[in-house]
Amino acid sequence: MTDFWNRLTIGQKLAITAWLFLAIPLVFYITIRFYPTFEAFYVSTLKWNLLGAKKAIGFKNYIKIFADEDFWLVLWNTIKYALVGVPVSMLIAFVIAYWLNEIHFGHDMIRAMYFIPFLTTAVAMAWVWRWFYQPLPIGYFNIMLSWMGIPQQPFLKSVTQALYAIMAPAVWAGLGFQIVIFIAGIRAIPRSYFEAAEIDGAGRWQILREITLPALKPTMIFLTVVSTIGFLRIFDQVYTMSADSAGGPLNSTKPLVLMIYEFAFDEFKLGRASALTVILFMILLVVSLVQLWLMRKHK
Amino acid sequence: MSDLNATMARLERARPGKVILWTLLFLGGVVMITPIVFMASTSFKTGQEVFELSVIPDRPTLENYVFILQESKFMRWMLNSLWVATFSTASVLFFDSLVGYTLAKFDFRGRQIVFIAILSTLMIPTEMLIIPWYMMSRSFGWIDTYWGIAFPGLMTGFGTFLMRQFFMSLPDELIEAARIDGWSEFAIWWRIAMPLVIPALSALAIFHFLGNWTAFIWPLIVTNDPDIYTIPVGIASFNGEFQMDWEIVMTASCLATLPTLLVFLLLQKFIIRGIMLAGLKG
Repeated sequence: MTDFWNRLTIGQKLAITAWLFLAIPLVFYITIRFYPTFEAFYVSTLKWNLLGAKKAIGFKNYIKIFADEDFWLVLWNTIKYALVGVPVSMLIAFVIAYWLNEIHFGHDMIRAMYFIPFLTTAVAMAWVWRWFYQPLPIGYFNIMLSWMGIPQQPFLKSVTQALYAIMAPAVWAGLGFQIVIFIAGIRAIPRSYFEAAEIDGAGRWQILREITLPALKPTMIFLTVVSTIGFLRIFDQVYTMSADSAGGPLNSTKPLVLMIYEFAFDEFKLGRASALTVILFMILLVVSLVQLWLMRKHK
Repeated sequence: MSDLNATMARLERARPGKVILWTLLFLGGVVMITPIVFMASTSFKTGQEVFELSVIPDRPTLENYVFILQESKFMRWMLNSLWVATFSTASVLFFDSLVGYTLAKFDFRGRQIVFIAILSTLMIPTEMLIIPWYMMSRSFGWIDTYWGIAFPGLMTGFGTFLMRQFFMSLPDELIEAARIDGWSEFAIWWRIAMPLVIPALSALAIFHFLGNWTAFIWPLIVTNDPDIYTIPVGIASFNGEFQMDWEIVMTASCLATLPTLLVFLLLQKFIIRGIMLAGLKG
């Protein structure tokens, strides 16, 4: 054995070492990542309730999903979370990051106040938010509305308001991360750009529009994609906060991941649930590809 | 006093616009932490006082904490979460950096393919894998075990990519010199390369630990036995049990949030730098 090892060239020894280092990780990636990925595609073509026999039904799961009105409602809910949540959170985060970057006195303390929600557990905070949304004698939001003479709002119990009421804590929790990344992006812009612009007599607004914002484009693409994917995968808040039943009232807050969860683990329709995960995968893939394309175009 | 004077002097020098800006940002920050302050204050209130708006309870009590720790399995969940998150983070730190290092510093045939394969796992959402993982856990008896909760996250494409980026910036001469001195490849990685990427390792550790601590959907699926619940699954299970005892639920939520908050307050600068680092490189 030692003879064999000694006869190898340095390059060969290094290659063997490399594969030795990679051996356990490769087993992990193959069994826990790649094989399950293919299995998800495979199960999506089955009719199967986990206990009974597997029955191959081709694309029937997908056909059933696309024929299901609930699916389109759920898909639209999911898109709404991202479509409203992303721009709202990005706008607030940018405004705060932009101004926070100019503050030196107590900078760390104020930044910490915005960042702390990012460290909370969604399931734990869901209880606090649920309380805030309660009707009058209890709920803080309704108490504040009553001070302003505005009538009580049903929030989580309303078909039109519940989705936004559940989105709010998600925006709240993600804001700190976005702010920190924005500040990092702003600080990475060479100071000379700003100095040159000031010498040229550019005003604050002009510097913001013509230097800061364009230079932040990679940061914005990164954050947009990360938070879009985050909102499209929303689950914890909906599962723990929605009224009546998970995703309620009347499915008005149900996102794709919750529908997957219910098909798979309440109704044990594993084939249908897997087909839904494939659809989710496709949607996220498109988002990621758009990011890659935008990044490349930017460079 | 001199502190105050210095502050006043600084305030006088500051333009009034800055002072208004500071105040607005501060008020925004107060709004941000209101839910947490509210949660903490309610956890010290008695049942009768719960619906009063005061921030500081009239008669602060630890009863709720005693109740939670005695009547629920909260301590057990806390230890479960701690153990799973620690084990998983240790694994990620070891393997992600080992793979990252190998991909950054070894030249061998197939390197590019391995790198692309691992990177491509970033595109696969967890939700797509949970059904196969569940089937796997059922057939191997991993339901209701710590291993069952932890196994999907023992290595990550994100961490591997992050560590590779950092190892690539280390000079090759360093490794060559150690090789000439007769160091084993493992020792070069563990004793020379690893200490040089500690900032990246700590960023990865923080991210992964926090992600594990708050993870919900997979532990919810793979555990049925309340003895194995992690904190989020346990708190979600209160739904039926303590439906309207708000002070009890707030206490549990508070206990769940406390550990991460304490760690953050102790290591704030470090953590923020880590997030900026990971965000910019990732």
